Amino acid sequence: METATTAGVTTSPERDVVLNVEGLRIVLDPSGVDIDDEVTLTIRRGEVLGLVGESASGKTTVATSLLDYQRRGAKIAGGHVEIDGKDILSMGPAALRAVRGGAISYVPQDSSAALNPALRIGTQLMEILEAHGFGSSGAEREARLAEMMAEVLLPSDRAFLRRYPHQLSGGQQQRVAIAMAFANRPKVIVLDEPTTALDVTTQAHVLDTIRDLTRSYGVAALYVTHDLAVVSNLADRIAVMYAGRVVETGSRDELFAAGQHPYTRKLLASIPDVTGERALRGIPGWAPRPGKRPSGCTFTPRCDWAVDRCREEFPPVEGPTPEHRVRCWRWREVGAQTAQQDFALRDKTGALGDTRETTVISMREVTAFYQRKETLHGINASICERRCLALVGESGSGKTTLARCIAGLHPHKIVGDIEYGGVPLARDARRRPRATRQAIQYIFQSPYSSLNPRKTIGQILSQPLKVFFQLSRDEMEARMLKALEQVALDSSLLSRYPDQLSGGERQRVAIARGLAAEPTMLICDEVTSWLDVSVQAAVIELLAALQRDMGLSMLFVTHNLALVRSIAQEVAVMNEGRIVEYGLVDAVLDDPQADYTKKLLSDTPTV
Amino acid sequence: MNDEIIVSDSELVEPAVVHADRRHSEWLMTIREAWRMGRTKIGVGIFACIVLLAVVGPWIAPYSPTEFVAPPYSSPAPPKMWLGSDYIGHDVLTRVLYGGRTVILLALAATVIGLGLGVTLGLITGYARRWIDESVMRILDVVLAFPQIVLTLLFVSIVGPKLWLIVLMVGISHAPRIARVARAATLEVAQRDFVHAAEAFGVARTKILFNEIMPSITSPLLVEFGLRLTYSIGLIAALSFLGFGMQPPAADWGLMINENRIGIVIQPWPVFVPVLLIGVLTIGTNLIADGLGRALIGIERDTGVG
Repeated sequence: METATTAGVTTSPERDVVLNVEGLRIVLDPSGVDIDDEVTLTIRRGEVLGLVGESASGKTTVATSLLDYQRRGAKIAGGHVEIDGKDILSMGPAALRAVRGGAISYVPQDSSAALNPALRIGTQLMEILEAHGFGSSGAEREARLAEMMAEVLLPSDRAFLRRYPHQLSGGQQQRVAIAMAFANRPKVIVLDEPTTALDVTTQAHVLDTIRDLTRSYGVAALYVTHDLAVVSNLADRIAVMYAGRVVETGSRDELFAAGQHPYTRKLLASIPDVTGERALRGIPGWAPRPGKRPSGCTFTPRCDWAVDRCREEFPPVEGPTPEHRVRCWRWREVGAQTAQQDFALRDKTGALGDTRETTVISMREVTAFYQRKETLHGINASICERRCLALVGESGSGKTTLARCIAGLHPHKIVGDIEYGGVPLARDARRRPRATRQAIQYIFQSPYSSLNPRKTIGQILSQPLKVFFQLSRDEMEARMLKALEQVALDSSLLSRYPDQLSGGERQRVAIARGLAAEPTMLICDEVTSWLDVSVQAAVIELLAALQRDMGLSMLFVTHNLALVRSIAQEVAVMNEGRIVEYGLVDAVLDDPQADYTKKLLSDTPTV
Repeated sequence: MNDEIIVSDSELVEPAVVHADRRHSEWLMTIREAWRMGRTKIGVGIFACIVLLAVVGPWIAPYSPTEFVAPPYSSPAPPKMWLGSDYIGHDVLTRVLYGGRTVILLALAATVIGLGLGVTLGLITGYARRWIDESVMRILDVVLAFPQIVLTLLFVSIVGPKLWLIVLMVGISHAPRIARVARAATLEVAQRDFVHAAEAFGVARTKILFNEIMPSITSPLLVEFGLRLTYSIGLIAALSFLGFGMQPPAADWGLMINENRIGIVIQPWPVFVPVLLIGVLTIGTNLIADGLGRALIGIERDTGVG
């Protein structure tokens, strides 16, 4: 095991330390409100440190400050960042330019935006070698270029190098960005969620590449992510950030087996489990933003372990070993609890018990077009009453197209029959009878786009009520409050606007809007893909409970196979516009038949 | 269609620059942002001064605008006649004080008409797409091909110099340009999911247009309003100058320039002062439009593309 070697050799661990961050403090510029504070990290040669945190935890801000770069409105107010003993933060502009892309390099989240669209990739890669004077001759640089491409498993022939970024797939673009980062054999590499925009299979390949390269070059890597599952196979050590502070650091195994901070434990419990033994459990609330963080320990409002002392004073850095540090007043008690106690086992009994085999939606030979191109090919599937069908596939598989066809939102040609309760559905939602429009409700992927930013939550929730029911003002109000209650939101939100809400709250509002129509069928299109893992778990819990309690039928569209067991009873795996495997969830996931399903399963990161 | 997995790290949209007021209404936000710029303040100052002049002018004017007070083209004679008399012996200062109302009012009316028409067309074409979009936009292209003044003159010469017609025609000649701006903004907003959500509920199209989409496109329209107002002032004044606007003996800046241009060598004030005021007024409105435009770009940059 790699961790063992790094830990074993270190008689004097300081010797191998390449990156040393101490007491880093970053503030918002005019106001002086801290984004990050007391951030202390070390990374050794050949080691990958996973920096894990939710939105607004300040993890990206820490990552870019390692290159002494700050986005507009933020400023480094204290601390050191040392690479091989040299302080980055005190360097002049010229020295800094030499270090960036040389000794330390950066892989951004969205490589399609980071690559210059007007330059051929060969030109861009050569540029970074020339900028840092790699090698002594053009021939040497050419050789290095070919070597780099081979390392990231891309062809290095002239034709490929002459392509422009838009001619590459997302995964290929990210590989080019990684090749650029490794080009000058850096000592430190900062990876800022480089796989979040990629499909699981592509993600698995990119993660493999990163792991191989850091090992073989002995690079110290910082891997920033919101998803613990992603780093579970990659990182040697993990640092968990919450509200701008590192709350726990330790080796991967220690952290996963015996996290000492309540937040780490809860984060672990919120990761969907593809094997399906654990039930998903979300963390209520959300991470506070800079300037809105409570005094004392910032996790207190979401913590089950909180005592009075937590509200008054931020805990010091302690921990069971010098390598495993934690900031919690009650870490000994938290650590003493076994991990199993955090997890409820998934309730498998009764999953199908009270459901009847009455078909609500049936699809026969559904073929859909995007303009003239056929994107769905002869889909046959059905959704049963009181059951949830999960539609799983990667981007471009046609899963959203199918969901939109059912919802009446597909603007192009559809051939074949989609029936609701035995009656064929019109293609356009507007041409469907009101009762049908009311019965089928659609929840959109992005809660940032599905709620009108110019309307209050009350106005948003009243929309379906006005369309579907004749209600007095009081009845309307009562219905809105009921809908908010169903999604566990406070009634005070009625007068708020969407951008005053967190992503999770917005998605709950979107769900409440669907529920207000009193539907029998809910279509959820990637409803958690914009949310943090902890919030995702809470939303899934909510949807599962709603489906069970209200007897809804549901179509749950997702790219994440690991979520399927937590919500669905049946699953259809889609690839390239076709259903490749279809059946009961446990049967399909325990014993997949199609090669594609097997591949998807093996590429899904697990803890 | 929208089948991509886009996972955002909402850190990107979160802390540093949070425009907490953006929600209330984007246009209010744009105005506030614009007000922080010097050019906007100067523009508003100029506009306010001239509007004030036009509004209170008739009360502080020393004479009646149609009263003969001196021989034609008399030179200024303070303290009774600060700017002298015009070609038939009216007091120039009095006529200047009276003559601003019509220009400002007609320009405002024409701009409002143009905006109403343009926004409606832009919303419809941007949302309906397909053949409606194609046919309406091609018709507007034809209208666009005529210079605004030629288009207006064409109709005025057929029907005659009616004020309502001038206002209407200036408004109509603005409509294609405003429609293009509104259409571009609508195209973008119509793709957002909250519009699709309303469609799935079966909300009526007109309600979607005016309740869902319209509030999101107000800012570019605000800029457009300022810009078109500038053009309206110029056009209305030009039409008056050409004799198609206000008819003598009415006091009107554009008309004054025309009436008195023959005597410009002997008595420049009845030409010079209206020219100056019209020029300054357009500079004022243009500065406001410019400030708003810059504020809009700034806002879009700061909040990022959502």
